[in-house]
Amino acid sequence: MTTDTVAIGKRPIRHDGVDKVTGRAQYGNDVKLAGTLYAHILRSAHAHARIMSIDTSAAGELPGVQAVVTSADMPDLSKNTEVINDGEGEGGGLAYMSQNMLARGKVLYHGHAIAAVAATSASIAEEACKLIKVDYEILPPLLSTCDAMKDDAPIIHAAMRTEEAGKLGDKPSNVAKHMQLKRGDMDAGFAEADVVVEREFFTKMVHQGYIEPQATTVLWKQDGTLSIWASTQSPWGVRREVSELLQVPQGKIKVTPTEIGGGFGGKLDVYLEPVAAILSKKAGYKPVKMAMSRADVLMATGPTSGSWIKVKMGVKKNGEITAAQAWMEYEAGAFPGSPVGAGMGVIFGPYRLPNVQIDGYDVIVNKPKTMAYRAPGGTNAAYASESVVDELAEKIGMDPLRLRQLNGAKEGDRRVDGPTFQRVGYLETVQAAINSPHYEDGLAAAPATNIKVGRGVASGFWFNWGGKSSCNAAVNPDGSITLSEGSADIGGTRTSISMQLAEVLGIGVENIKPAVVDTDSVGYNDATGGSRTTFGSGLAAFEVGTKIKQIMIERAAKFWEIDAKDVTLVRGVFKNHSKQMTFAELAAKLDETGGQVVASAATDGKGGAPAFGTHVVDVAVDTETGKVQILRYTAVQDVGHAIYPPYVEGQIQGGVSQGVGWALHEEYFYNDKGLLLNASLLDYRMPTALDLPMIETILVEVASPNHPYGVRGVGEVPIVPPAAAVANAIHNAIGVRVTNLPMSPGEVLRALGKI
Amino acid sequence: MKTQVSTTINNEPVEFLCQPNESLLEVLRNTLSLTGAKEGCNNGNCGACSVILNGVLVNSCCVLAVETEGASVTTIEGIAPKSGGLHPIQQAFLENAALQCGICTPGFIMASKALLDKNPHPTEHEVRYWLAGNLCRCTGYDKIVKAVLAVAG
Ligand code: FES
Ligand code: FES
Repeated sequence: MTTDTVAIGKRPIRHDGVDKVTGRAQYGNDVKLAGTLYAHILRSAHAHARIMSIDTSAAGELPGVQAVVTSADMPDLSKNTEVINDGEGEGGGLAYMSQNMLARGKVLYHGHAIAAVAATSASIAEEACKLIKVDYEILPPLLSTCDAMKDDAPIIHAAMRTEEAGKLGDKPSNVAKHMQLKRGDMDAGFAEADVVVEREFFTKMVHQGYIEPQATTVLWKQDGTLSIWASTQSPWGVRREVSELLQVPQGKIKVTPTEIGGGFGGKLDVYLEPVAAILSKKAGYKPVKMAMSRADVLMATGPTSGSWIKVKMGVKKNGEITAAQAWMEYEAGAFPGSPVGAGMGVIFGPYRLPNVQIDGYDVIVNKPKTMAYRAPGGTNAAYASESVVDELAEKIGMDPLRLRQLNGAKEGDRRVDGPTFQRVGYLETVQAAINSPHYEDGLAAAPATNIKVGRGVASGFWFNWGGKSSCNAAVNPDGSITLSEGSADIGGTRTSISMQLAEVLGIGVENIKPAVVDTDSVGYNDATGGSRTTFGSGLAAFEVGTKIKQIMIERAAKFWEIDAKDVTLVRGVFKNHSKQMTFAELAAKLDETGGQVVASAATDGKGGAPAFGTHVVDVAVDTETGKVQILRYTAVQDVGHAIYPPYVEGQIQGGVSQGVGWALHEEYFYNDKGLLLNASLLDYRMPTALDLPMIETILVEVASPNHPYGVRGVGEVPIVPPAAAVANAIHNAIGVRVTNLPMSPGEVLRALGKI
Repeated sequence: MKTQVSTTINNEPVEFLCQPNESLLEVLRNTLSLTGAKEGCNNGNCGACSVILNGVLVNSCCVLAVETEGASVTTIEGIAPKSGGLHPIQQAFLENAALQCGICTPGFIMASKALLDKNPHPTEHEVRYWLAGNLCRCTGYDKIVKAVLAVAG
């Protein structure tokens, strides 16, 4: 597919590579302005409490302290009903977002921000926070959806009523929303089945785990404008959220994105910027830097929902799935907005289903407000459904990939959440998995009698997003092109975007000089999220390239004194019969042909083109210790068209790694008082190099109909199948199904009945 | 009360003042503006702050700055040859696409250097074992391990 291209499909070194391997790249915490103050946040010591009083006087008097703020220093938006949607997962209300910046009246989770101090050093700011006296009336915490949904449960938000089919319920509740998707006849569907399987699954909260903690520097200037440097997936989102939260017009705010050390959805919304802004103003218009500690990150940002999911599915002996039903309760955390809606779209996403019903509940608990995490809500949903699909296959004696082939969704099938699929490559991923060397090979022999080996498969679906992007391009006299774009580059997108501009012009990507610029220097760009950047911002680059191409053809025509329609541009060379001129040669003559060449584009990519993946994993289970080791992993994915293949593979490998962490190691441990017990990277156990084998990737390319180069988003879907695939492999190894995540040694031993 | 420390960083003599409780990471980043060492956890669990101290790989967040008196410290800023180009490990990371967001990269490169200085031809398992003190959330380690093996030849 990529054989006759000039730029796309190649494996060049990324444009920002040298800066990132030499330590020069400037991340959030590397920004240092002259006269910077350092800020620290006081966080709640309780999971649920009323704030009776806050006394900041002693903190304010500590030498070096320049400002102390609480929610009283922020606009009171508690009556505001506006919803902010970051384009990924569910939108959160502005009133709630404001309360999450600094608690108002109540603290709702362990680590909830209460007050903040700016001082001449970070240690003074931290010292001062210890001098702030908070008087709490402790309230009982609600720590699971099950407890929060009980009839007599204490109500966390007094004014909350359950939203159901657009209407609000008549009594207070901890359920923010109940959603339902339904079609067909469930009773008839299950009656037709020869085998029906029903199971419940519990999963814990897990964190995005980006290695760079949130960090920002904010300067509120005397003229009322704000400059913000932030490590964010969404510079324009930061601008809008700060604008709304502080009631300052967007035009007065400039956001400069720094390099960003991972996000995975967790850096879509603000946590620090509004607080640093009010500190900057109160301290006398000085720059204020705020950086989270790892404990802050784990306690008070992210995570994604813990959940309880029940799945019931029926199948005929011939392999036809007749009905599927799911009940999904997701922890929203302290404020509404869990990704349950997305999870509902994912749970049966790969299948063509005549009869289906899904009920989803967004449930408030005394834990941090959940944030998007890579295919939000998808991994736990697929863990439940794909475990049940595996069991259906087992019960009718069919190969699990064969069962998926028989029921897999394809073009023209209706998605559970409504839309009809355009051309998608799900069945192609299943076929490629069947044909893979991994699936054809036998299992490795077990090295000892207490070690059992097994193989599992699972599939996953993700929607993908398109979204708005814009960019500016200018042709330089040496034939290079400066590209100003606005997508935070978390993993090689400067290059994947530039490649699409280069391809239109038929020149190598090394001729493009991409820069991720601030919000005043290019038009609006949606977030780097929803697997949209190579798709959506690539579309803008394609369009700006098309404009440059047209202007340059006109210039060539002018130079040759002929008609523009008689000039072609092929592989970077302008041609007219025997005359020809390279792109660089013409670029050197721009002054003679009408002056410099610049162009800009603004696009709104419709239909991000859904992605599917099918994974195969081999595990070894130690039946004495319960430890599970990943022996071999193959991830097949429909990537549409791999624009920058090493980074497409990298996205898949990274998604698998996070999925394996979720499957086996990662979880939030809360005690019965709602205190988080493992807010460190020692106890919140993410996979290391030693926990994983090489991760084989197989790229299937079924071009997306909605993009000139056939691009589909690739970043999110690879995290959807791993937990289910590993669970199915464990079952294959030891004959029991583990239905709680993570499938830690304890869970495995419990499933084996050994503890 | 600040203490004066004389040390060698990236082969250059350096003197700095620091508080007795300041970490090497803080001094590198805040006092000396060597921000290539990153803070991911500040308690020895992520390796983003890795530097080489007297030939030994350390987490600079867990070393007191005063401990570097008379020592020799190598950071990510100091490994590319003066004559130009990159260190072979830096080059291999680029060629193997062994970074995504890049925040863990300086730490991984320093850890890989410490490994290859000691053991120039490690097996895949030895590479994984040696790098297990460095967390990367983006790559799944596959391309990092391949980059190190590529340098080892
Ligand atoms: S910052 Fe030093 S080990 Fe994480
Ligand atoms: S590349 Fe992002 S943490 Fe390693």
